[in-house]
Amino acid sequence: MMAIVIPIAFALVAAAVAMTFWRLLRGPSAPDRILALDTLYVNTIALLVLLGIHLDSPLYFEAALLIALMGFVGTVALCKYLLRGDIIE
Amino acid sequence: MSARRLLPHPLLTPILAAVWLLLNNSLAPGHVVLGLLLGWLIPLFTLRFWPETVRIRKPRVLIRFLAVFILDVFLANLVVARRILGSPDRLRPAFIEVPLELESDLAISFLANTICLTPGTVSARLSPDRRTLLVHALDAPDPDAVRADIKARYEAPLKEVFES
Amino acid sequence: MLEYLLAFLILAGAVFTFIGSLGLARLRDFYTRLHGPTKATTLGVGCLLIASSVFFTSQGNGASLHEVLITLFLFITAPVSAHLLAKAALHLNLPRVGEQAEAPVRRQD
Repeated sequence: MMAIVIPIAFALVAAAVAMTFWRLLRGPSAPDRILALDTLYVNTIALLVLLGIHLDSPLYFEAALLIALMGFVGTVALCKYLLRGDIIE
Repeated sequence: MSARRLLPHPLLTPILAAVWLLLNNSLAPGHVVLGLLLGWLIPLFTLRFWPETVRIRKPRVLIRFLAVFILDVFLANLVVARRILGSPDRLRPAFIEVPLELESDLAISFLANTICLTPGTVSARLSPDRRTLLVHALDAPDPDAVRADIKARYEAPLKEVFES
Repeated sequence: MLEYLLAFLILAGAVFTFIGSLGLARLRDFYTRLHGPTKATTLGVGCLLIASSVFFTSQGNGASLHEVLITLFLFITAPVSAHLLAKAALHLNLPRVGEQAEAPVRRQD
């Protein structure tokens, strides 16, 4: 069962990453690109968690947690930059 | 020192201890002690960053609200998924202004977060006088219904929990 | 039984992640595009994380609950970034497509 489901899930998440990349390259505006980056990091977490299940290794959890923390801070900093034209006031 | 000075945020301590135990993924006695110690020291050292004390007036209403919220997250996702898979031409997006009755910061941020995760709406801006919240709906043929729904389903219980 | 639950959670998670990104790629203007990633992707990743938690618990090395931490973190932060992005888009006056008559949106700041 798992041998069938995991490759399908990998394919779906990889397609999601590809579409996010397309939006990242195409834009057209800055918030679109930030939103694409935001989605990209969440998709990466999905990919890492799947890899952890697939390889039966809990090591990927730490990486996923770090990406979640850094990704959120990055999104907030970029939004602040758009809103104020400055990150550190 | 009084109990209030020693334990300024009684809710924060168990939450921090639980986060510490989850991070270490263990229930070993050493980690429990260390978690409780951190949960006690961190609020003490970050006291000035926490201006308002959180007080939950009606825990039972909060639990019922959370149950409704979790159910709504699943329903909202099915609805949004169907809208995305359908034709984009048939979407009727709209900006809706929701007048707020909530006053505390915590309750307003709770409401804004709830709106973002449930039926096809994203909170976009709080007016400077904190009286109206601008909400964007993905598909709202009837903006008044969306407004009434937000007020009755989410705002009323939050007001009861945090401000009654 | 457990395997069916796991398979269901993994598939549901992957499908929701996919739909969220599809919304990002497909919809017309920024404000509608915002909806896909904030809701569908968050729930999708949440499902995958719960699947991971169930999987590692069933491996027999004690309960593995730390995935709950990422799930909670994502559910708390996703609305915040969505709100900030919407605010930034309003600030830049991004164009809106297919809007109805009632749109009382002014620049306030």
